[in-house]
Amino acid sequence: MRARRFISNTLCHVLLAVLSVIWVLPIGYVILTSFRKEGGSYKSYIWPRGFTLDNYKNLFQPTSQINFTRWFFNTLIIALISTAIAAFFVLCVSYCMSRLRFKMRKPFMNIALIMGMFPGFMSMIAVYYILKGLGFLETGLLKQIALIIVYSGGAGLGFYMAKGFFDTIPRTIDEAAYIDGATKWDTFTKITIPLSKPIITYTLITTFMGPWVDYIFAKVIMGNDTKYYTIAIGLWTMLEKEYVETFYTQFYAGCVMISIPIAILFLLTQRCYVEGVSGAVKG
Amino acid sequence: MGLFRKKQKVQTPHRRPSDAGVGEALKKGNVLTRLSLLIFGLGNIAGKQFVRGFVFLALEIAYIYYMISFGAQALVNMTTLGTVEQTKVYNEALGIYEYAVGDNSMLFLLYGVITIVLTLAAVFAACMSMKSAYCTQVRKEKGMHIPTFKDDLLSVREENMHVAMLTFPILGIIIFTIIPLVFMILIAFTSYDHEHQPPGNLFTWVGLDNFKAMLGQGSKLAATFWPVLQWTLIWAVFATFSCFFLGMLLALLINRKGTRCKGFWRFMFVLSIAIPQFVSLLSMRTIFNANGPVNVILRHLGIIGMTESVPFFTDPTLAKITIILINIWIGVPYTMLSTTGILQNIPGELYEAARIDGATAPVIFRKITLPYMLFVMTPNLITSFTGNINNFNVIFLLSGGGPDTMEYYYAGRTDLLVTWLYRLTITQKDYNLGAVIGILVFIILATLSLLTYRRTGSYKDEGAFQ
Repeated sequence: MRARRFISNTLCHVLLAVLSVIWVLPIGYVILTSFRKEGGSYKSYIWPRGFTLDNYKNLFQPTSQINFTRWFFNTLIIALISTAIAAFFVLCVSYCMSRLRFKMRKPFMNIALIMGMFPGFMSMIAVYYILKGLGFLETGLLKQIALIIVYSGGAGLGFYMAKGFFDTIPRTIDEAAYIDGATKWDTFTKITIPLSKPIITYTLITTFMGPWVDYIFAKVIMGNDTKYYTIAIGLWTMLEKEYVETFYTQFYAGCVMISIPIAILFLLTQRCYVEGVSGAVKG
Repeated sequence: MGLFRKKQKVQTPHRRPSDAGVGEALKKGNVLTRLSLLIFGLGNIAGKQFVRGFVFLALEIAYIYYMISFGAQALVNMTTLGTVEQTKVYNEALGIYEYAVGDNSMLFLLYGVITIVLTLAAVFAACMSMKSAYCTQVRKEKGMHIPTFKDDLLSVREENMHVAMLTFPILGIIIFTIIPLVFMILIAFTSYDHEHQPPGNLFTWVGLDNFKAMLGQGSKLAATFWPVLQWTLIWAVFATFSCFFLGMLLALLINRKGTRCKGFWRFMFVLSIAIPQFVSLLSMRTIFNANGPVNVILRHLGIIGMTESVPFFTDPTLAKITIILINIWIGVPYTMLSTTGILQNIPGELYEAARIDGATAPVIFRKITLPYMLFVMTPNLITSFTGNINNFNVIFLLSGGGPDTMEYYYAGRTDLLVTWLYRLTITQKDYNLGAVIGILVFIILATLSLLTYRRTGSYKDEGAFQ
């Protein structure tokens, strides 16, 4: 019995080790290449012939086409503002859907469900023309505002996750507050929100990630205005045919640079992510 | 299914006047109340609620002004989508050709949609006006206090809180989701393709022609649509279930009793989620490139010749397999993470009882773990299935839909319906075909998920845990 358990335990650990190597190797390759000394793109060997920090240094030396620092801050500002707006929208809508009862509730939820089934960027062209009609595509700065509006405007539709979380907060807590004379607004701000840290973090993180990884919308709105690019389009540009030979290793350095803050953020809030998904407050 | 099935009226003992519906207001209201449907705010002004009444009235005046100055013409234009084509006129004085401005079908359609939305809003305001008037009427008859404007403002903290909280999110949704979506749906019934580009050319209503071309027999479009649809469904099934089952197995493997350093193993896999998805996708694309590291390793191992390369993204079948495998790499940690919590929630007594009854590990998995997981994760599975049908990023960033083929209408072998939609609209400017695909995707998803999602516990019985 003991021998059998030992064998199965060993097998499991070996399997896990093999799998985690598979999962970590590509990341290792990215990091390795970001320190590679030789320029150019694809090489006929894996292990770099020499190591250097120049890729990182050069990344922060703006050229006329590639301006990583600027892209980084463009994205950061857009992400921060749209996160604030979007998270506020999502929390408001999901609280209303979970706690308040009013006539348009079920129809609204059904409409949201239906909307979610259309391919997201099917409406992109129309949004583009609406923004153009409103004069948002005139200058780079306005384009950035347009991008913020796009990322946060329709955010209210993504309320399902947070609503599910609010549903797990026992109603009795609310009722106790009502009896003590609290208004609904009081209960929302003083009871529901403090109890909902995991889902608020989850909402903040997911909306914050949006602008860092969105390629299509940013590209459609920004066009060729490289100065106002976000990180995602910027890095994509580095892999384009005319740049890839020069910027291949810098592309990897850029990937590492933006992965670090996001990875730290994610690992710190991982617990909230899991709790937000499964509902935290047990009655 | 009765998507908009009327809610059963529950007669509450303490019925407030504001609970009355539009129908009741129309039936039982007095002249002033009924007139409020035409002259917004009349009943409120008569009831000395001046601010509220004048706000309603101002809305009506604004709407009428809009309709007279612009809206009515916009509605007429929408039926024709423009009649005057842009023409070249020879300007003899300057000796050059000049463009005489014609109608812009695209803008006509957009303004038409906006006008319709505003009209619906006006109808809604009319109903609100009458309801509000009726409410005042009832309060007057019963000698109740008629709320002042200040009371109205304060009510958003209590019974009207949903109004305050939902106004801006819903405005955002209407402007940036609903109007664009209605606009694109209408485009599907027009001839707005690369040959009919405003402002140079007009496009017009063509009815169901686009749908016939897409679904019918014989055309190149149909010869593209059906294979692409087939691959989309195959992809969605494989991507969803492979990630689900493998992720769950991984979570089980890490969570089993004998495994040491659970946190470490979890961390190794979570690391790949922490990296922005598009970074990992772009790196994967270079890693599996014809000259990328995977091919280099295979060459050094002597599996392929030094100048050969495995066509990971250029051979149709292999490209599909590669994409599904890479997607497993990306998706499994997510499932692992979300199933870990649920696995820990399975009551331990169930396992104990099973073990006492002499069940082996596979039996326990099949009879306890799997049913429990399926029960909890079904809504999640459905959303990830729909998400995969619309999974733009993975395909676009990995293979870009390639390898391209002449047999298809501007699509590659690994194009999903969404990436094809992208190509048709952004590169090819066949907006009407793109819209048709969007609608078809919607129909597929709607039937799939309405059938399944509405049967799940979390929808039927949302208050179960409250």
